[in-house]
Amino acid sequence: MNNQKNQAVSAQDLAYQVEAQWLLDGVNLSVDKGEMVGLIGPNGAGKSTLLRAISGILRCQDGAVTLEGKDLANMTVKDVAAGLALVPQIAPYTHGFTSMELVLMGRYPHLGRFQVESNSDEQIARDAMAMTETDQFANRTLDTLSGGERQRVFVARALAQQPRILLLDEPTSNLDVLHQLMVLDLVRQLVDAGLTAVAAFHDLSIAARYCDRLVVMSGGEVIATGPAEDVLNPELIETVFKVKAAVYRDPVTGSMTVSLIGPANGVAPLRNISIGRNSAK
Amino acid sequence: MGRVRPGKLTRKPGDLPERKVTTLRIREGPSSFGDRPDKSDTKASGGEKPEVFLLRAIGLDRIQTYRQAGVAARLAVGSGILGLLVLGAALLSLSLGPVEIPVSHVASIILSSVRLDFGEFGRTEQLVIEQIRLPRIVVGACVGMALGVAGATMQGLFRNPMADPGIIGVSAGGAVGAVAAIAIGATGAFFLALPVFAFVGAMAACFLVYGIAAVGGRFSMATLLLAGVAVNAFLGAVVSAIIIILPDNEALREILFWLAGGLDSRTWEHVQIAGPFILVGIFVILLMTRDLNLLMLGDDEARSMGVRVGPTRIILLAAAAMATGAAVAVSGTIAFVGLVTPHVLRLMLGPDHRVLVPMSAVGGAVFVLLADTVARTIIQPAEFRVGVLAAFVGAPFFIFLLIKNKRQAYSL
Repeated sequence: MNNQKNQAVSAQDLAYQVEAQWLLDGVNLSVDKGEMVGLIGPNGAGKSTLLRAISGILRCQDGAVTLEGKDLANMTVKDVAAGLALVPQIAPYTHGFTSMELVLMGRYPHLGRFQVESNSDEQIARDAMAMTETDQFANRTLDTLSGGERQRVFVARALAQQPRILLLDEPTSNLDVLHQLMVLDLVRQLVDAGLTAVAAFHDLSIAARYCDRLVVMSGGEVIATGPAEDVLNPELIETVFKVKAAVYRDPVTGSMTVSLIGPANGVAPLRNISIGRNSAK
Repeated sequence: MGRVRPGKLTRKPGDLPERKVTTLRIREGPSSFGDRPDKSDTKASGGEKPEVFLLRAIGLDRIQTYRQAGVAARLAVGSGILGLLVLGAALLSLSLGPVEIPVSHVASIILSSVRLDFGEFGRTEQLVIEQIRLPRIVVGACVGMALGVAGATMQGLFRNPMADPGIIGVSAGGAVGAVAAIAIGATGAFFLALPVFAFVGAMAACFLVYGIAAVGGRFSMATLLLAGVAVNAFLGAVVSAIIIILPDNEALREILFWLAGGLDSRTWEHVQIAGPFILVGIFVILLMTRDLNLLMLGDDEARSMGVRVGPTRIILLAAAAMATGAAVAVSGTIAFVGLVTPHVLRLMLGPDHRVLVPMSAVGGAVFVLLADTVARTIIQPAEFRVGVLAAFVGAPFFIFLLIKNKRQAYSL
């Protein structure tokens, strides 16, 4: 009970159903303030759905979410947005907005209806862009940027929102190795300074390296939760991901690392389909 | 695709010579298949985008600088330029016509109405201005504002630059209302019957379309669009049916005139009928332009940035429908203003609705005033229809823009 004060995000028995399919099936999650939690799991495990449920984009049929002790159901979307930011997995089409214009949108939840951005709002946006190395294309429209650059602009917007809770849905999926490290180092620094972060990952080693705790999901349920050392093991990876793997502490970085050996026994390989030219003539 | 050249690909960036080596350049998009020159080639050969040309024409070619300025500064510059255009168009329109009135007299007449003695003018001139041309211009400006703002709103809500204020059935509904009023002879009994019937028709059609999209409790913009298309087709058929079975040739001519959209013999009463609805509609939309920016990025995005998506969208739709309905009621269907105005302004000013919506209001007014002035004077003493002229000019210009900007592509 006394840890409730320290709780940034909590989900109790979350269940969400679409067309007789339970995307979330009784999920419990608790994230402390200043903690970075990684969600891992195969495609369709419910990672994105859980993030969307926590952010209030999606209202679950069952269960409850509390943010910093407040029931999400009783909060306005604007209240939520002033304290919580979500970096989407796929950046939406941006209709000719420039990077700067998009990042400035991160200030909207903090503005009154009749207000426009002040100089300090612009400074916050500029700082967020500098931190994500996106200031160089501040005045370019987003459709002229590469996928990774665009993803970083959306991270910048989330930072400009100055959230206390940051949700990231595969934040590094489009990033080159350098920027993967840069963005996650940045998030990690912010977490060490008090931010709470929940992020979905596909790269298990990256998740293990940056997160305090991992939450393993499969079929809309939480299978395991705990520090990477406790959670990541070949048996679990084989059960959840259907992949044979070796788990060891990387001698260079010192963090838990997963080497993927191959599909687990009994997993049928993708059928050998001949492509185009070979079969045509 | 092209052959792989390992030797060149493994070169370090530092090894590259300073000057541009065109063979090394990796081309983007469809150009990589070889037959079309890419963007930088076009630029080098002096090709200029129309928006850049337009900006240069009005002395505002530093589009980047403009877009970097704050909202207030952008609004000030934009409304300054467009405001002057409105003023010019209005003075021109007041001065031209069967009775030519010098601009200086026009100015004196207007100033005299606020008790400012400025110069000489004739009594007839004063009557022509105050009772004929001024109400017409005010109606035209209101209609242009309504269509421009509603167009910008619909394009934002539908995330589609092809959306038009008529998309949710208001124009077709207004047409049915107006045609019905003429057919049953209500216009003879009460001269404001036409706009009142048209407004009622417009609102009814809008509610019908919205009701279809909201059936089953789950509202969807895609259903709204399709319901709009279906209702528009149905109401179009109703109008045709009435025209076919109508025995009265005079009424028929009146109907065709109304359908072509016009501002002839508009009075201050028309301003009183439509003005409040249009101004309230525009005001409501102006309060929600920031939400419109976020809605353009998608429902999830908007929600995660603090927009109550459902109510916001309904209020915006209702406000746009009300303004358009009022505009249609007093002017008939004026095509293309609502489509072209926000579109052109977006190319010039960027997509930020906090600037785009107010500018679309002023831009729409300029468009309608100029089109009406030309329509009024081009085949004197007869009068061309402003709706026809707007489409005559608007459609080719729009096609020109489409072709010019094809590469920038829309998300369709």
